[in-house]
Parts: sequence; structure tokens; C-alpha cells
Amino acid sequence: MNRHLSILAAAAAVGIVGYAHDAQAQATLAQVKERGHLNCQVGLPTPGFYQLGDDGTWSGIDVDVCRAVSAAIFGDPDRIEYQSVTSAVRFTSLANGESDMLSRTTTWTAVRDTQLGLNFAGVNFYDGQGFLVPVDSGISSTLELDGATVCVLTGTTTELNLADYFRANNMSFTPVTNENVNVLVETYLGGGCDAYTNDKSGLAARRSAFPDPTAHVILPETISKEPLGPVVRQGDDAWANLVRWVLFGLIEAEELGVTAANVDEMLGSDNPNIKRLLGVEGNIGEGMGVANDFMVTVLKEIGNYGEMYERHVGENTPIGIPRAGTLNAQWFDGGLMYAMPFR
Amino acid sequence: MAITRDQKRPSAAPIWSFLNDATFRSIVYQLVTAASIILFFWWVIGNTTANMAQRNMSAGFDFLNVSAGFGISFTLIPYREGDSYLRVFQVGIANTLLVAIISIIFATVLGLFVGLARLSSNWLIRTLARSYVEVLRNTPLLLQIIAWFFGVFNLLPRPRDSIVWLDVFALNNRGFYMPAPLPEAGFNAVLLTLALAIVAAVYIRIWAKRRQDATGQIFPSLSVGAGLVFGLPLVVFLALGQPLSWEIPELRGFNFQGGLSVPPSFCALVIALSVYTSCFIAEIVRSGIQSVSRGQTEAAKSLNIKPNWTMRLIVLPQALRVIVPPLISQYLNVTKNSSLAIAIGFPDLVSVWMNTSLNQSGRAIPIVAMTMAFYCAASLFVSLLMNAYNRRILLKER
Ligand SMILES: N[C@@H](CCC(=O)N[C@@H](CS)C(=O)NCC(=O)O)C(=O)O
Repeated sequence: MNRHLSILAAAAAVGIVGYAHDAQAQATLAQVKERGHLNCQVGLPTPGFYQLGDDGTWSGIDVDVCRAVSAAIFGDPDRIEYQSVTSAVRFTSLANGESDMLSRTTTWTAVRDTQLGLNFAGVNFYDGQGFLVPVDSGISSTLELDGATVCVLTGTTTELNLADYFRANNMSFTPVTNENVNVLVETYLGGGCDAYTNDKSGLAARRSAFPDPTAHVILPETISKEPLGPVVRQGDDAWANLVRWVLFGLIEAEELGVTAANVDEMLGSDNPNIKRLLGVEGNIGEGMGVANDFMVTVLKEIGNYGEMYERHVGENTPIGIPRAGTLNAQWFDGGLMYAMPFR
Repeated sequence: MAITRDQKRPSAAPIWSFLNDATFRSIVYQLVTAASIILFFWWVIGNTTANMAQRNMSAGFDFLNVSAGFGISFTLIPYREGDSYLRVFQVGIANTLLVAIISIIFATVLGLFVGLARLSSNWLIRTLARSYVEVLRNTPLLLQIIAWFFGVFNLLPRPRDSIVWLDVFALNNRGFYMPAPLPEAGFNAVLLTLALAIVAAVYIRIWAKRRQDATGQIFPSLSVGAGLVFGLPLVVFLALGQPLSWEIPELRGFNFQGGLSVPPSFCALVIALSVYTSCFIAEIVRSGIQSVSRGQTEAAKSLNIKPNWTMRLIVLPQALRVIVPPLISQYLNVTKNSSLAIAIGFPDLVSVWMNTSLNQSGRAIPIVAMTMAFYCAASLFVSLLMNAYNRRILLKER
């Protein structure tokens, strides 16, 4: 075991030691282009967000953010190598340069943004933390959980909110922790804890893969704000900009009514906003180091934000998270999805 | 000497002849090695600090007073969610040491039995012991830990259907629950008596040995000592009206409350570690005993020395010389292997510090350094013990 330790330590040290050279020598975008593929970090397979198909392909609303970036750079959404690691090591792995970006239900917080050498490139899902309990427990509110044993992933905002919430409400709890979500879910299903806590989308996603999803209920309370989005290493502003504006492009396209199906037709649109988004006018793409019409490829391959959402987590998927009336609706529909102007 | 050298070397030696001087060369080698090591560390430290500064990552230890903010599923020493990262580090160390110490005790007892069984004259016992060792020693420890966790403890009944013994012990899939002692006024007197009794027993032992050396008279210091250590405190305890009560765990709400408890991950970890390590200890015990030649026992027998004296005074002291050093390194292995706890979520040092705290605070360098310092200190402490022991048992040639 001491071998494991020293390898870990060496890896941590070497990651940080070695980084200066690549950073100074070459920007991330240039590296990605030269390498010929994007290194995208996702978590352990999670339905709807980063799901691993039987044929070994990744899909999901978070995976689509990476695929959009790949499409923007290479004109091909699948020039990607995926790194699937646990939540607990996600930032170390990104910092070490094993991945160029991560897109894996990661909450944007002050400490992460300012102290961990990371930059958040935006939000692709607004979420909040909740609790999942077996229906037959008869529990109907989070406030009935005083004294409960709660399963929680380590290295997450979830475990911090859990502690805060119980403390604020003068309740006690026993955590059952693991860094591996599969072990935790197994423990929960085996009755090793009374409740499983996570982002509510994560609860819905996990539950969709249970043997009997209807036997479990998500309690109504939402105990935190979890804005989830893609993350890059701090120190390469151009790379952060690219990821941010690909994400804005997806959201903007929905606002402008551009979809995978009509993007070719829209190339002839008179709307100046659409013209700029699709690179018919202006030089936004070039300014970011990709083709001017990068959003055309992205939209053809992935569709706009709304299409992404409905395909992976929307009401007609097993995860079934309705969008209308939630924070994930467009701003003009009362939600928080709001792309900065493409001009 | 000087003359011979002069004869060998022409006085007009070439200017580089010093290169042939062994002492000179070795000094140069050492200087070069030392310089490269220093340069290497200088480079690593400089580069790391520069990189971390460039990326806004803090390398300092200032985060240690910051509140960690997460719950820990099992803590030997008190911990609340608002406590600092430094406290988390201490909790991790305490948990690691607890697992290690308990596993070491179990593994030693189990290993001793299995080791003796390996030498049994009974074929069945011998073969069973041998299969135990061969099978368990050759299965990866991580696998065993996970098997105990999911295959045994996670399958136990839920709290409502707990297995209860004697109305005070309970076992369910949330843990093992036992009564907690609650000392009352006067209990300190019992503890004081115990301490005094131990001192007295040690003193008697020394006195008995001196007397035996001088006069040859034997005093049963072991049994008298044991009687003192167990009997005296018991008498005081009873005389004071049993100043100790127990807090019994009770099923309330979701689970048992009160008393002492350990989570399933702890049980799985301790059992797996003890069983796995006991195989190695069994082999150490067996080889230790076999290393004492039969002739010694036979000689003792022919001198009509009592069999248990033969064991205690002749075989054991010689066997221990072979047993103790590898045994101690097994103990160190237990401490290091306990870091596999992370797989089943037991909050040992690696899990709670190198994993959770590192991820939450992002302070990779100080956290990794502190973890390595702990394991390094543990190793050094053990090798110190080992050296002291080896020096003590060094064969004294007369
Ligand atoms: N948003 C939180 C929690 C992230 C999280 O727990 N994600 C869920 C899915 S929403 C999960 O199961 N992740 C497993 C994994 O990424 O390995 C954070 O950033 O710390």
C-alpha cells in the first residue's frame, strides 16, 4: 500500500511539476489540435448525463458539451478520448493535464473557482440537492430524517450541504460515504442507509437505472443551489473562452430557433443574430481559433440546448425531468438559460 | 610504505595522476551525488511553487484552521461538522491506528492458533490450517475486504430486525452496537489500584528473579502478579459498590442510539485485515518453532524439565528470535494495508484526508506531504522497535 501512496504522491507532484512546460510552450487549443483529439473527463456512468452505451460510446447532456467543443474544433463531434474518474479525483486529474476539460455535473462554487486552479466555463444544468428514500419508509419530508443514516458521495458539494442542512435544522445523521457512486447505490439498495442524497437530477438519473424505480421517491425539499457546468484549468483564458462560447452558442441557437434539422435553411436567414451565430457574418469563430461557421457543425451534429436537454434528460426519457417552468428553461420562459449576445 | 609507493610511481607523475586515487574519487562521487540530489529538489520545489502560483493554487498550510464542513461516518475522537481540517487529519490518524491496533491483536491471536495447528500431529487439523493459509494468503486483500463488506455486512438485517444478544449487543446492516461504560464517582480509585497492582507485580517479578539468581529458590511471581493485577482492583471495585454503569444501545427512530458502535465498513475492514494477516503470522510462527532443533526439547526432557518450562524457558526464547522481526514488519503492513479502507468508505487517514480533504480544499502538496509524513513516522517507529529488539536478543557469545 505504501507503493500506492508514493505513486499517488508522485503523480500529484509530477502533475504540478510538469505542467509549466506545456502551459508556457503551448496553449490548450493548439495542443488539442496537434493531438488530434479532445481529452474530456466525465464521471462514473450516470444515465442522461454521461452514460456509457453497450457499444462503448458515451452520451448525455454533459457529454454533449464535450462533443460540441470537439465539433467546433475538428468539425467532428467524436474526436474525443474520455476519462471516466470518480468525483473525488476529478480536479486533480484535470490539474494534472490528463484532461483538457471536464463536463460531469460539477457545481460552480467560490472555493473551486478561486482556490483550486480551475475556471468554470458556464452552466449547462441548474440543479439543487435533494434526498431519495424508499417509498415504503413512509418518509415524506426531509425534516423527518433526524437520526437517519444517509449515503453520500465524498468529494462533492453534496456532503458539505448535507452537513450544513442537518446542523442548521438541529438534526443528527450518520453519513455512509464512498467515492464510488456504484458502491454507494449498492449500499442504499441493500438498505445500508435510509436515504441517498445528491443533486436532484442525479437522484432521478440513478433511480432510472434501479430494478424498480417506482419503489423510490425524491423528497420535495431542495436544500442547495447546484449550478452544474464544464470546467477547465485556470491560466488559459482563450481555452476557457472557447468552451464558454460553444455552450452559449448552444443556448443562443435555441433562443433563435435554429435546430439540427433547420440549420442549413437558416444559413439563408436575414436575421443578423442568426447570421453572426452561424458565421455567415462577422469573424467570431476565427477570433476564438476555430472556423467561422463552427456553430453550423455543432448544431448539425448535436442540435441546440433544448434538443440536447430533451434527448437526454427530458420528459420523454427514463430520467424524465420536466423543463418548462424550471430554472433550465430559457430566460424568456422564466428560466435561467441566458446566452450572452453573439456579437 | 612511502618507499614502496615511491618505487611504484615515478616521481614525475602526470598532473592527472590524482584521478587514480581511490579516496579522491570517492569524495568526488559523493559530492556529485549530493549536488545532484540538492539540485533535483531545488528544481522540483522551485518549479512546483512557480506552477502553483501561476495557477492560483495555494501550497501553504493555512487551510488547516479552515472548517472542513463534511460529516465523517465514524470518529474515534470527537468531531463535529464545523471542525477544522487539522481535526480531520487527527480523526484520520486515530481511525487508522484504531483499525491497525485491533486488527493486529486479532491477527496475532488467530495467526498463533493457525501456526500451531500447522504443526499439529492430527492430519485433519494440519490440512485445514494449511488450506486456510494457502487460500487466504493468495486472494487479493482488496477483494477480501469488498467480499466481507458486500457479502456479509451489507446483507445483515435492517435495524428493525437486528440480531440482538443478551439484550445489550445488536448487529444490523448499519453496524455493531454495544454498551458503553459510564464511570461513576469512585471509579478512579479502581483505576489507581490497578496501576499500583501493576507496579507491585513488576517489582515482585524483579525481586523473585534476583532471589532465584542468588539462592536458586523459585517464587511463583507470574501467578502472584496476575492475582494482584486482577484481584486487587476487583476487591476495590466491589468494596466501593460497583461505581460503573453501562449505557445500553436502544432502538429509537431509524436505528440504535446510545452505547458504542462501529459501522459495517469497520467490521469488514478489521475482519479482512486480521484474517489476511493471520496467514502470514501463522507461517512466521510455524517457521519460528520449527527453527528450534528437536534436540533441545529432547535434552530438556532427559534433564526432567517440566514440559511447560521447556516451552517457556527453552523453545520460546529461541523461537521468538526468529519470529519477532518478521512479525513486526507484518504489523507495519497491517497499518499500511488499512488504507484499502477507502474502497468500502471507512474513514481512515487516506480516505478522509488524502481523498476527501484533498478534493474539498485542493491543497494537494501539503496534504500528500502530511500523509506521507505519518506513514513514514510509523515505519521509522517500527524499525526503531525492531532494532532495539534485535540488539537485546543478539546472541551473547560466552
Ligand atoms: N454537483 C455536485 C455532485 C456531483 C455528483 O455527485 N454527481 C452525480 C450525478 S448528478 C454522480 O453520481 N456522480 C458520479 C460521478 O461523477 O462519478 C458536485 O459537483 O460536487
